Amino acid sequence: MLLQVHNLRKTFPIRGGLFGKRTGEITAVDEVSFFVKKGETLGLVGESGCGKSTTGRAILRLHEPTSGEITFEGRSLLALGEEEMRKARRDLQMIFQDPFASLNPRQKVFDILEEPLIVHGMGNGPERKEQVQELLHLVGLNQSHAMRYPHQFSGGQRQRIGIARALSTKPKLIVADEPVSALDVSIQSQVLNLMADLQEKFELTYLFIAHDLSVVKHISDRVGVMYLGRLVELADRDDLYEKPLHPYTQALLSAVPVPDPDFQKQRIILSGDVPSPANLPKGCAFHPRCPLVMDICKEVRPEFTDQGGGHFSACHL
Amino acid sequence: MSAHTQPVTFTQPEPPIAPEKEIVESPFRDFVRAFLRHRSAVIGSVIVLSFLLIALLAPFITSYEYTARSQALLQAPSVEHWFGTDEMGRDIFTRVIYGTRISLWVGLFAISGSIMVGSLLGLVAGFYGGWRDTIISRFFDILLAFPSILLAIAIVAMLGRSLSNALLAIAIINIPTFGRLMRSKVLSVKSEDYILAARAMGMKNRRILFHHILPNCWTPIMVQGTLGFATAVIEAAALGFLGLGAQPPEPEWGTMLADARQYIQLAPWTMIFPGVAVALTVLGFNLLGDGLRDIFDPRMKQ
Repeated sequence: MLLQVHNLRKTFPIRGGLFGKRTGEITAVDEVSFFVKKGETLGLVGESGCGKSTTGRAILRLHEPTSGEITFEGRSLLALGEEEMRKARRDLQMIFQDPFASLNPRQKVFDILEEPLIVHGMGNGPERKEQVQELLHLVGLNQSHAMRYPHQFSGGQRQRIGIARALSTKPKLIVADEPVSALDVSIQSQVLNLMADLQEKFELTYLFIAHDLSVVKHISDRVGVMYLGRLVELADRDDLYEKPLHPYTQALLSAVPVPDPDFQKQRIILSGDVPSPANLPKGCAFHPRCPLVMDICKEVRPEFTDQGGGHFSACHL
Repeated sequence: MSAHTQPVTFTQPEPPIAPEKEIVESPFRDFVRAFLRHRSAVIGSVIVLSFLLIALLAPFITSYEYTARSQALLQAPSVEHWFGTDEMGRDIFTRVIYGTRISLWVGLFAISGSIMVGSLLGLVAGFYGGWRDTIISRFFDILLAFPSILLAIAIVAMLGRSLSNALLAIAIINIPTFGRLMRSKVLSVKSEDYILAARAMGMKNRRILFHHILPNCWTPIMVQGTLGFATAVIEAAALGFLGLGAQPPEPEWGTMLADARQYIQLAPWTMIFPGVAVALTVLGFNLLGDGLRDIFDPRMKQ
């Protein structure tokens, strides 16, 4: 068990009025619990605004969690002081969604890759140089690229730089926040393959956040589905895709396009919109849109429990 | 693979990365190229550079001393005195040339001073926010509440009239301009992903501030600094004109204009040449500043 997240909550205050009084709060992540085993890839899916990115960032304490517990290698991350956390970041890295925004435009690739090593005091000058070259090689770039600036690369190449940067400190866990969704479809597969190769080579553990179900299916060992800040279902990949238990997961999976014109399928069309995270529905967050809603759903929040064989679901059904 | 997922194809081979030529397209090179293409930037920089050369080479350009008096009072421009002479028989050309030194000196030091203080305050206010931001921003608001030249006059009146006090006053009144600019730029850069990435890497605040935020904030400061240089030259001349800046016999352009007031009809050259010098300097810096703004504006990039 590399990472354990227990009842993670992150709320953002809504401020209004002349003096910035707190007028409400947005619940971005609502009591999310899961664990990630060493060497596996946990996919986290959900639609825009469901809190999956916030979850990833809260785990790295880039957004300070409001409450909950995060245990990484037996250590509680939230108990760490600022300096201890800074040092711990060596083991927890992140790959960002937008390869155009996540690289400092005024740094050369070499400096981008060398800086994490400097920050964590890894190696001396020549050693670092060698390591940067190795990193470039690992992600399929060559040495001449080191002296260039990010704007001279394509999206896919930039994402490779982002991956190389995340790898530079030899981390144990990488939170990949939609690492391919900003890329061209033809490039996506290359980057996914690269990530899979690197995982094998360095025994990396990924928390892979995405909204593309086919991408998540390809790369993940286990998949978690989020809705409105809550984890509604989490199971082994095949289990989840074959036998989804939660009505939301069922609806989500039924929306995946199948490239077969003769394929007849039953689409579950949800009515209405996602409720505002500033004003969550009582009981199950999904009940206003659930086709199978019962009375209990409107009152009692379903527990996120193991329904057998490590298949977690939060539903009264 | 189950029926309702789209198979992702993974047959695409990696495109070979061609060995490319070792040309580093640094932002600086881009900048130089864009700069040379921009007409007003080039004209502006030519004007600015000429004044800089004039200031540096003053003793070689003119053979007179700027305090040396001759018998010829208020003489019209001639071969001997290119810009004529003033009411004390001093060569105006020489005085204008040496005046360049004073104006550029004041501009350079006043503006560098306000950039340093203003940027630092703006950086702290924007990056840390909270009470630091409140205090610093209110300080800027207070400074901006006064008309700037009035504030400068008040500061000089308090400290005593001299060129260095005028310089200090000009530096102080320009602080909020740079401070607010820096603060707003820091606020926007702070929310960029690469700053989040830097934090995720485990960098300390100081490193993030000076290695990642500052380098991405300096372009508007540079543009504003160039434009501010022009304002500083005018402000110095204004203070000189009011008798609060450089004191006679210093050949400051504003002071020269003040002295020439009485003779404007009798000997207009006493006023025209220092006036033209001020105008040209300001024009040069403004053209340069506008040019830089165009070049740095990302929307102008093709």
